[in-house]
Amino acid sequence: MKILVLISNVPDTTTKVKFKDNKFDTTGVQWIINPWDELALTRALELKKESNGKIEKVAVAMVAEKSAEPTIRKALAMGADEAYRIDTTAKDSYSTAAELAEALKDKDFDLIMAGLESSDYNGLSVGAMLAELLGINSVSAVSGLEFDGEKFIVKRDIEGGYEKLTVQTPFVAVVQKGIAIVPLIPNMRGIMMAKRKPIHVIPAKGVEPLIEMVEFELPKPKPPVKLVETAEELINLLHNEAKVI
Amino acid sequence: MILAYIQNFDGKLKKASFEIASYAAAIAKMANTEVLGIVLGQIPDDQLQKLSQYGVNKLVNVTSPNLEPFDPKVYTEAVAKIAENNQITGFVFINNNEGRAIAPRIAARFKAGIVSAVTQLPESVNPLTITKKVFTGKAFAKTIVKSDKFVITLFQNSYGLQEVPVDMTIEKIELDLPQPAITVIEKNVDISGKIPLTEAEIVVSGGRGMKGPEYWGPLEEFARLLGAATACSRPVADEGWRPASEHVGQTGKIIAPTVYFAFGISGAIQHIGGVSNSKYIVAVNIDKDAPIFEVADYGIVGDAHKILPELIEAVKKLKQSDS
Ligand SMILES: Cc1cc2nc3c(=O)[nH]c(=O)nc-3n(C[C@H](O)[C@H](O)[C@H](O)COP(=O)(O)OP(=O)(O)OC[C@H]3O[C@@H](n4cnc5c(N)ncnc54)[C@H](O)[C@@H]3O)c2cc1C
Ligand SMILES: Nc1ncnc2c1ncn2[C@@H]1O[C@H](COP(=O)(O)O)[C@@H](O)[C@H]1O
Repeated sequence: MKILVLISNVPDTTTKVKFKDNKFDTTGVQWIINPWDELALTRALELKKESNGKIEKVAVAMVAEKSAEPTIRKALAMGADEAYRIDTTAKDSYSTAAELAEALKDKDFDLIMAGLESSDYNGLSVGAMLAELLGINSVSAVSGLEFDGEKFIVKRDIEGGYEKLTVQTPFVAVVQKGIAIVPLIPNMRGIMMAKRKPIHVIPAKGVEPLIEMVEFELPKPKPPVKLVETAEELINLLHNEAKVI
Repeated sequence: MILAYIQNFDGKLKKASFEIASYAAAIAKMANTEVLGIVLGQIPDDQLQKLSQYGVNKLVNVTSPNLEPFDPKVYTEAVAKIAENNQITGFVFINNNEGRAIAPRIAARFKAGIVSAVTQLPESVNPLTITKKVFTGKAFAKTIVKSDKFVITLFQNSYGLQEVPVDMTIEKIELDLPQPAITVIEKNVDISGKIPLTEAEIVVSGGRGMKGPEYWGPLEEFARLLGAATACSRPVADEGWRPASEHVGQTGKIIAPTVYFAFGISGAIQHIGGVSNSKYIVAVNIDKDAPIFEVADYGIVGDAHKILPELIEAVKKLKQSDS
């Protein structure tokens, strides 16, 4: 079995977001593996380790320019075996998924893992979109993943609960909360080994995006909190002023 | 036409079903067109009939033995087949687990630009221009869709219900769909009758300031009195004080209730990421400088353990005077 984890390169989640000329201002920004993707990769690596060699490979793929390679190296340091970088700037979900589909169509991964969303533009789309473009199955809302030696057992969240299921491979799993609890932290050996692992650079097709973000705005400052002394005053305000209880 | 994907909750329609119909009706009005509602799977007629109150002009109910279990690829096929027989300019879905599983596939299928988790109506429909949150709520982006078709997913509870009674036609179609590739081996659904967190109008939440699981009684009673769901911060779930399903925030559930009560929650950015779409945030915290007060609308600086019983009394009193 072979697993591919899609990773996106995003600003550290504590970044103070600023814009310059209506573009995200990257000055001084630290770049990280998108948190969901880091958890997806963590789970993929755990499964490989427990699989007695039945999961032979965990690779990662990213659509990004060369400057994102340190983030890819971090994924290799965590333990991924190899990486693909599709050499273009990610523009929107569609063009990203289409570039990935083109680059992956002749690669035989059994499972492709994607995160729920990228923490920068919150597209919530690339995983399922890629499945459609490749014409393969997908499961979304995946909150757990096991491997029984032959097939993957997928846990997915549904209204008020969960289901465990199997899916015909190949398929895309879009993962969310529960897939892993804490991300794997690369150790010294991992970091050293990562230097020798391959990053295959694949030229992009130049797919045009379908959406464009033309203007950015920061949230307006909120009016200050109304502090009261007693529970009774609070309930009265919520009842008479906000009219919500 | 605007295609509204109306979720069928095991033979019933819920608020999310009517909300997406309402939203589609408003967009259709802007675009001078009509709403095509699509409901997949078996459902009684009296349920479908209700959609005429929310602006659905034409309703298609698709049945097929292959709609069980939920396989996003099969569902996409069903929606695409109906869309191909109608002139669809836009698709709208609720941004919940089911909507997110299908909407991107539809977008790819029709080469339609997708804008996800929006909380408002478009500013214009030609070209589709709409503002959405980016950087997990730290900014807003005005987004233009450049393709001739668009897909929008609407953040649940952000638009609400708008009654627009119309004459609605219902068409039932049995479709020939591919076999699902998914086999369910275990299903576990909470039948306690508790309100699901993502649907609740009022949410009462506790953080590490609650001190321990043994102190949750009053918080639960307060929630019960208000008909609210309960939630918690991440460390509380990590410690096992509360079930993991209650954890809200960037790495937990993202919710948009009318009122969010935060007891003993500091208001870390990752926590706020999950609750900032709430209409009102009410905080009780012992520390007047806790960051939660920067985002709260109302608050009390004080000990949650002392204030919760007083809140319970105040609500009881209010209920008595109202009845
Ligand atoms: C990548 C990442 C993702 C994360 N995702 C999430 C997430 O999804 N959700 C989440 O919640 N957190 C998340 N966190 C953790 C987050 O940073 C905070 O650590 C967490 O939200 C703090 O929880 P808390 O407010 O319950 O606890 P604390 O920060 O310990 O705050 C307790 C508060 O209770 C108050 N208090 C103490 N005693 C009382 C009393 N008697 N009465 C009233 N108030 C009292 C204190 O003044 C304090 O403000 C994430 C962190 C990281 C790094
Ligand atoms: N540029 C990218 N390269 C590779 N994978 C990506 C990229 N952007 C997004 N993804 C994957 O798609 C998921 C959802 O991203 P998005 O649709 O952008 O919110 C992410 O968690 C990644 O797994």
